[in-house]
Amino acid sequence: MRKVAIEINGKLVEGEVEPRLLLADFIRDQAGLTGTHLGCEHGVCGACTVQLDGRPVRSCLMFTVQANGHRIATVEGMAPSAHELHTLQQAFHESHALQCGFCTPGILMTMEAFLRDEPNPTPAAIRSALAGNLCRCTGYQNIVKAVGVAAERMRKEAGSVS
Amino acid sequence: MSTSTDTIIALVLHGIGTSPLRKEDWPLVRGEGTFVADFKRPGMVHAFVARSPFAHARFTRITTAAALAAPGVIDVITVADLPDRGHLIPTRQFHDEGSRRFLQRPLADGVVRYSGEPVAVVIAESRYLAEDAAELLDVDYEQLPPVLDPDEAVATGAVLLRPETGTNVAGHLVVEMGDLEKAFADADLVIDEEFRIQRHAAVPLETRGLLAEYDPRRNSVTVWGAAKIPHVNKKILARLLGWDEEQVRLIELHVGGGFGARGEFYPEDFLIPFAAIRIGKPVAWVEDREENLRATNHSREQVHRCRLAVKKDGTFLALRDTFLNNTGAYVRTHGMTVPGLSVSMLPGPYRWPAYRGEYRSVVTNKTPGGTYRSPGRFEINFVRERLVDIAAHRLGLDPVEVRRMNLIGRESFPYVVGTLYDGHPVIYDSGDYRLLLDKALKAFDWERMKAWRMEPAAGALKRGVGIGYFVEKAGPAEREYARIELNEKGDVFVYTGSVSVGQGVETVLAQVCASHLGLPYERITVLHGDTETIPEGMGAFGSRATMLGGAAVMGASKALREQLLDAAAQELEAAPADLVLTPEGVSVAGAPSRMVPLSTLLKPHGGVLKVEDRFVCDLLGFPYGIHFAAVEVDPKSGAVHVRRFAVAYDVGRVVNPMLMEGQISGGFAQGIGGTLLEEFSFDSSGQPLAASFMDYLLPTSEEVPDVDMLVTEDAPSPLNPLGVKGAGEGGTAAVGAAIGNAVSDALGVEVTRLPLSPQRVMELAGA
Amino acid sequence: MKPALFEYDDPATLDAALDLLARYGDECKVLAGGQSLVPLMNFRLARPGRLIDINGIDSLAGIKLEGGSLSIGAMTRHVDVERSEEVAHGWPLLAEAIGWVGHGQIRNRGTVGGSVAHADPAAELPAALAVLDAKFHIRSKRGARTVGWDQFFVAEFTTSLAPDELLISIEVPPIEAGTATAFVEYARRHGDFALGGAAVMVKVARDGSCEKASIALLSAGPTPVRARNAEAMLAGKTLDEAVIGAAADEAVRDLHPTSDIHGSSEYRVKLLRTMTERGLRKAAKRAAGRT
Repeated sequence: MRKVAIEINGKLVEGEVEPRLLLADFIRDQAGLTGTHLGCEHGVCGACTVQLDGRPVRSCLMFTVQANGHRIATVEGMAPSAHELHTLQQAFHESHALQCGFCTPGILMTMEAFLRDEPNPTPAAIRSALAGNLCRCTGYQNIVKAVGVAAERMRKEAGSVS
Repeated sequence: MSTSTDTIIALVLHGIGTSPLRKEDWPLVRGEGTFVADFKRPGMVHAFVARSPFAHARFTRITTAAALAAPGVIDVITVADLPDRGHLIPTRQFHDEGSRRFLQRPLADGVVRYSGEPVAVVIAESRYLAEDAAELLDVDYEQLPPVLDPDEAVATGAVLLRPETGTNVAGHLVVEMGDLEKAFADADLVIDEEFRIQRHAAVPLETRGLLAEYDPRRNSVTVWGAAKIPHVNKKILARLLGWDEEQVRLIELHVGGGFGARGEFYPEDFLIPFAAIRIGKPVAWVEDREENLRATNHSREQVHRCRLAVKKDGTFLALRDTFLNNTGAYVRTHGMTVPGLSVSMLPGPYRWPAYRGEYRSVVTNKTPGGTYRSPGRFEINFVRERLVDIAAHRLGLDPVEVRRMNLIGRESFPYVVGTLYDGHPVIYDSGDYRLLLDKALKAFDWERMKAWRMEPAAGALKRGVGIGYFVEKAGPAEREYARIELNEKGDVFVYTGSVSVGQGVETVLAQVCASHLGLPYERITVLHGDTETIPEGMGAFGSRATMLGGAAVMGASKALREQLLDAAAQELEAAPADLVLTPEGVSVAGAPSRMVPLSTLLKPHGGVLKVEDRFVCDLLGFPYGIHFAAVEVDPKSGAVHVRRFAVAYDVGRVVNPMLMEGQISGGFAQGIGGTLLEEFSFDSSGQPLAASFMDYLLPTSEEVPDVDMLVTEDAPSPLNPLGVKGAGEGGTAAVGAAIGNAVSDALGVEVTRLPLSPQRVMELAGA
Repeated sequence: MKPALFEYDDPATLDAALDLLARYGDECKVLAGGQSLVPLMNFRLARPGRLIDINGIDSLAGIKLEGGSLSIGAMTRHVDVERSEEVAHGWPLLAEAIGWVGHGQIRNRGTVGGSVAHADPAAELPAALAVLDAKFHIRSKRGARTVGWDQFFVAEFTTSLAPDELLISIEVPPIEAGTATAFVEYARRHGDFALGGAAVMVKVARDGSCEKASIALLSAGPTPVRARNAEAMLAGKTLDEAVIGAAADEAVRDLHPTSDIHGSSEYRVKLLRTMTERGLRKAAKRAAGRT
């Protein structure tokens, strides 16, 4: 067993774990954040995507002990409060970019990082960045649209701040 | 037809025909959903189902001692532990006496018949420990030769899955009408062709799971993680346990997609509640993806041998199809639904003087099968629409015009197709097929698509276009329940027997209620999925939730409004037609001060007015549509690039346009998967070769182009007070057909098999 | 699909890691990015008794220029190669190949060293490194050695690394002036392993003829396959359609790639011919664009 201390959504979560405990299981069961979902456990579907030190990774392909001392962001950390949504989340809601919602947290984590890297992406670039997250319900069309809408709003927000 | 007043009211209330944002979204987009794997109960333990590694084997003994002694293990359940060694899991629809002999028990008993068949259940403190312990189980398997291919299954001397029956044919049906022989004799052209559709399946992103808990005080069991048909499954579980239905409660949580496969009664739907009852602790089970690909219902594997007779002007004379449906190792709860749908819907939107369809549904040593979006229809739409194009090519006629001339005319509705589905005649309720064709050709600029096709493509690419016309079927299972409750604050609660599989049922039913009750969508909450709070229901499948669930909600909403207005009319001494209902109360139109508050109206009802409705209709609705595909094929790599795809779909009436389009888009993506990428392959010993997402290929965003959509309401259903025909499956229905036709057009070679894998395409191109 | 139990070490220094490897040899496996290893462990297809996690050894990561050659530390993440200006400028073939590796999430975590040590015949980097004649620097407690790519990649999923050895870095010689490169592949879906692909490098003389060519095929055999005969055919010739076509035919002449459910051997051979042709065409066009 190993002791770990991992910052998740800005809060330090401590635990004692077997080395084989997958990071996704630690996040879901010990940190109690079940928004990160397991769809395949072999790194293909992307439902388990979280951000490790700001970059999207598959939490089913990391052991908890490897995240010790690192910063994790999950979907639960996105919304500014219990009554508001992050711009991306709001855009998904307005664009009907989710149906069953199982893939949505992983996609939000991937797209949030993507928009930080590319604040003004073309639809083709969005579609390409989305290719590492499977969705079985929507056909992706509205997701691409939602990310474009969010990007525009976020550019405006950034523009008005500075 | 709605008037403009109705439209304005709908807009204000966010009722039928508008696209309010979904009620379901808030928790899901925040990651605060509760899917079954997220759900916890105090003291819960974890189950792992040990499964057969072989497609066909005998065994006499399961040694459990080492597993029982492993760290953290609480119990190991084998067939000897089940009452009567387990009862047969029954079919829930499309019963066929012959298929009874091929039903499945919850655990294998001396024989395993597919790789993935449950053999034992290990219960431990964690899933990790349960998997460790399962490796210590010792089963003395003795492999038997498997039978995998449906033709082999019916051949003389075939390996039999149930030697005592003397056959592998679990179901057989012939449907015919007209004079086939005369039609063939009169034909100018007779085409014989064989078509194959590969095994693929629903594969929702969330795998199956359950959490069951036994309450010793009430001697009852609660099962969370129900989906699709909780009331039906409750009955089945109670029966298999030998209990009263009141002792069983099924509760839906968030559901990560169903598409036909999730929610049917599987072995685990018995085993997990049984385990919870046996050990007295809550038992959680979640299948992993490998299990899902090996043990959750497969579908689509059919081989069709067809003969088409036509006149040289393109008139259809007769269609004969003898086909095999590979239902896998057991007949599951769907019975003969899939081949039954195929044989009854093959005629499609055309007039056929004569038709003969015959299926044999055979068992083989593969994963058992069931329905999957547009079940039986994705397959036969491919078959029929390919045949139509082949005929057009051979006659030198325009494939669109050949279709047009044979379409059933709008004066012929309701149209008796002449086939039977589950013993009932198939009667298309309403339609104007030529009108939709004309609208679609114009909306999608078919002339320009044809012009594009004639232009040379870059490099070695070859261009092709194709269409597929289809009729869908909606609204099975005859009835649905709704209860509407209004309280003094003006909050409305709709209890529906329909359930959510992620499609937006809460949103749609709230809209229906808003339109008919006259209170805004925002004040309405839709509740579903708990068999204790909702007395009955038939669930969500076959595109029935809006149609039947909606009709029941409409009935209850109207009745509740009538009661309120009648009571208020008396108080206000006005006619009900002059009254307006708002969340505050009922007032006279134009004189808001003359109002009776809700509290007054609801006082005689103890503060809450409740109205129930049960909508019954045993006839099905038939939405119809057309798929258009424009492709570029690379003969040097076998790649098929779908450059444009368009769907025209008449659904009778659209409740929520945004959600409707979402269903088409999502259905289309699954159609792409089934046409180009997805296949459950097996090696010669019956080992699944696509038991991970590295080999079972779901389409990504790069494989699914945007789809152009035209949704029309030209043919409302006369059977349904809303005029709605359920429309969840039309996006999938003819993707194989349209792309098959487009690739044939591109290569000048007739496609007869799916999937259009790169290797197959390259072979076709080289031919 | 949870992994089996294992012992776990996360050494902080290279020496500590080498000590562990010397001690545990074939009872242990090195954990780098985990993008290839952990899926196998989750399926319980790989069950190492001990994992040596080298993610904490900072000295193993980094991209440096040393005397004109590119040095990539084994623990360098794919994404850092993808974003490196030095790589984009001096070794565009690597930058192009890396874009085909999985998806962004995989590249954020997966490492160059891990990928080559996994030695999947369908992987992009081994083929690109084969064309670039890369050298592999290896260390163990017993000492250091350097091998060429052709001695590094031995068979399917097998390198010549001994159980006590660790790949430290990959050295890529500078690309000569007048050289153009191209990387092409075809997979069934975006981000999948290639059904077939080609990494191509051509050095074009002033008169437009090909001075030197390197062609490495992926998914063509148990290791990256250098099409030496085809390369020889191109020397001194102008890269027109006929010459490219003949070279592509030659490149696949003796190939016997393994069949599987995604493509038979015959299909793969035809695909590899197409990939070779398209790779050469692309590289030739780029070379022409330069002059």
